[in-house]
Amino acid sequence: MTRPTSEPTVEVTHGGSPGRERDHRRGKRRGRGGGAEQSMVPDADFTSYYGRPIVKAAPWEHDIAYYLFTGGVAAGSSLLAAGADLTGRPGLRRVARLGSLGGLLASIGFLVHDLGRPSRFLNMLRVAKLTSPMSVGTWILSIHGPFAALASAAELAGMLPSRWQGGPVRLLLAAGRPAGLAGALTAPPVAAYTAVLLADTATPAWHAAHEDLPFVFCGSAAAASGGLGLLGSPLAEAGPARAFAVGGALVELAAERRMERAMGLSAETLHHGVAGRWVRASITLTVAGAVGAVAGRRSRALSAVSGAALMAGSLCTRMGVFEAGIASARDPKYTVVPQRERLERGEPVRHHE
Amino acid sequence: MTGPNSLFGPLDPAPDAGYVDAPKRKGFFTDTSVCIGCKACEVACKEWNDVPENLYEMLGTSYDNSHSLNANQWRHVAFIEQPAGRPQRPAREQVDLGMPTVGAAPTGVAEEEKPDFRWLMSSDVCKHCTHAACLDVCPTGSLFRSEFGTVVVQDDICNGCGYCVAACPYGVIDRRRGPEGDPKVGIAQKCTLCYDRLTDDQRPACAQACPTESIQYGDVEELRERASARVATLHEQGVMDARLYGNDPDDGVGGTGAMFLLLDEPEVYGLPPDPVVTTKDLPAMYKKAGMAAVAMIGGAALSFLGRRR
Repeated sequence: MTRPTSEPTVEVTHGGSPGRERDHRRGKRRGRGGGAEQSMVPDADFTSYYGRPIVKAAPWEHDIAYYLFTGGVAAGSSLLAAGADLTGRPGLRRVARLGSLGGLLASIGFLVHDLGRPSRFLNMLRVAKLTSPMSVGTWILSIHGPFAALASAAELAGMLPSRWQGGPVRLLLAAGRPAGLAGALTAPPVAAYTAVLLADTATPAWHAAHEDLPFVFCGSAAAASGGLGLLGSPLAEAGPARAFAVGGALVELAAERRMERAMGLSAETLHHGVAGRWVRASITLTVAGAVGAVAGRRSRALSAVSGAALMAGSLCTRMGVFEAGIASARDPKYTVVPQRERLERGEPVRHHE
Repeated sequence: MTGPNSLFGPLDPAPDAGYVDAPKRKGFFTDTSVCIGCKACEVACKEWNDVPENLYEMLGTSYDNSHSLNANQWRHVAFIEQPAGRPQRPAREQVDLGMPTVGAAPTGVAEEEKPDFRWLMSSDVCKHCTHAACLDVCPTGSLFRSEFGTVVVQDDICNGCGYCVAACPYGVIDRRRGPEGDPKVGIAQKCTLCYDRLTDDQRPACAQACPTESIQYGDVEELRERASARVATLHEQGVMDARLYGNDPDDGVGGTGAMFLLLDEPEVYGLPPDPVVTTKDLPAMYKKAGMAAVAMIGGAALSFLGRRR
């Protein structure tokens, strides 16, 4: 009966007994205190059970991160489509409505893929639960979806040859504007609820971000959908998309800074490893896209490139936040240390009348 | 049936969930000071609840071969090997320690022959929180509060969305990954506190099987008193490390239905030191999301206003 020779230390400390290969790598990095990804704060001193995770990471594939992105594109595009419709910008309206439809279909695709089969999406509609952001989101999506889809169908019908535009198709065309407006009013919750969806978990990085994540996600949705408008609409009509995209990018960047300050220790996860790469790419692409969008006001090509960069930046933001949460759940440090510090500061969470 | 404390604060969960004339709240008191790590609870649980074997995952780190609480492990005995004279002493030569002993070392053993370490063993289980995040976030209503104040999954309704997995502050509930062919693969699973046995006035299988009465089952109210008395006894005997975990109805989850007597900090056992139910902040989250949504509509309107084509 001997203890592992590589672990002669007496206290069971974090990283002391790496369980899986993933943990093994991390244990090594921390153990030797070096490597390219040095933490900004000194390694926290804490105890854990063989370095194993305490909370469980969400068992979600990247589907959910893509869903956060496509849902944002769909929501922002619905808003742009309604505005373009009301202000007589048919080019912008077309790309925004199609973007909204595409985003919506992709979102439902990712959701169903994550759940396994379509009937499981319907099963979610058996209850309406305010305490479950996923239930709320399902209902938001079920209310927004048909309106957005109807408006997009009207757009598609408008692309048909005029001799086919009689009868029921004319009815569809007439429904386009009211459906589009209803879709626009129900769109922002689609972009915002996903932030609550992530924050209402025990995943340290997501929960710690709960104050600012809705602004990051809504800003990101505006940047992505505005970017799509810039990419697809004629220069003469792209003004509002440009303003929406640049405004969204600014909100996203500012909210992200604020969020990191509020997150405490778990903000680290936004800078390390895979999540760190996504976040760095997101900031670069969003800044470049916003600058390009402003500078390229008179260039169709530069506008399109900037739009694409903004969309890519938004996708990277979602991936970064998603990966940071998973990383924060896998390392018990992010669960133990903040709770321990809170207790030591003498602020245990207790109920007060 | 909701009250001012429905999301946070002390309450009796079954009446809050709408039960009229609910029986007294039931739970576990796990006294780890008498746990011998025999794993009878793990086996009894698997047998009674037809929980399949765990996915084979050799950890190679300790005597703990059942890994963690998860979909295929509703009871999990933690094995913590600790030096006897903590805090940390310098590492010493490795010696063959023989079989571990429990409790006081036999008399007549020379001081240097006594083991230089101790075992902490603790049978972990779902905490059946007063404010159960898993139950609150479940989008299908698959998780429900039983009349005994416990939290149970109905696997014929579960979608396998995995939201409860991320929401649990203790990392208890999990989505079943295998074995292949098991009808409940992809479905959230965890301890039901043997709901089916409770309705028949039986003790949960793990408590029934525990040979040292480390796992005690009963009315939560009474178990809390019993736990406090046991801690007092241990303190009198000089075991000053003894402390209770999950017994405080004012804590972050409103107290748990399963409480523990621990001999070290909770994180040593793989438990969070001071967890808070995530739904405590839910109203604040919805408020912020509402503000962000309104700002987004405003931003879109501003983008179009004041612009001629």
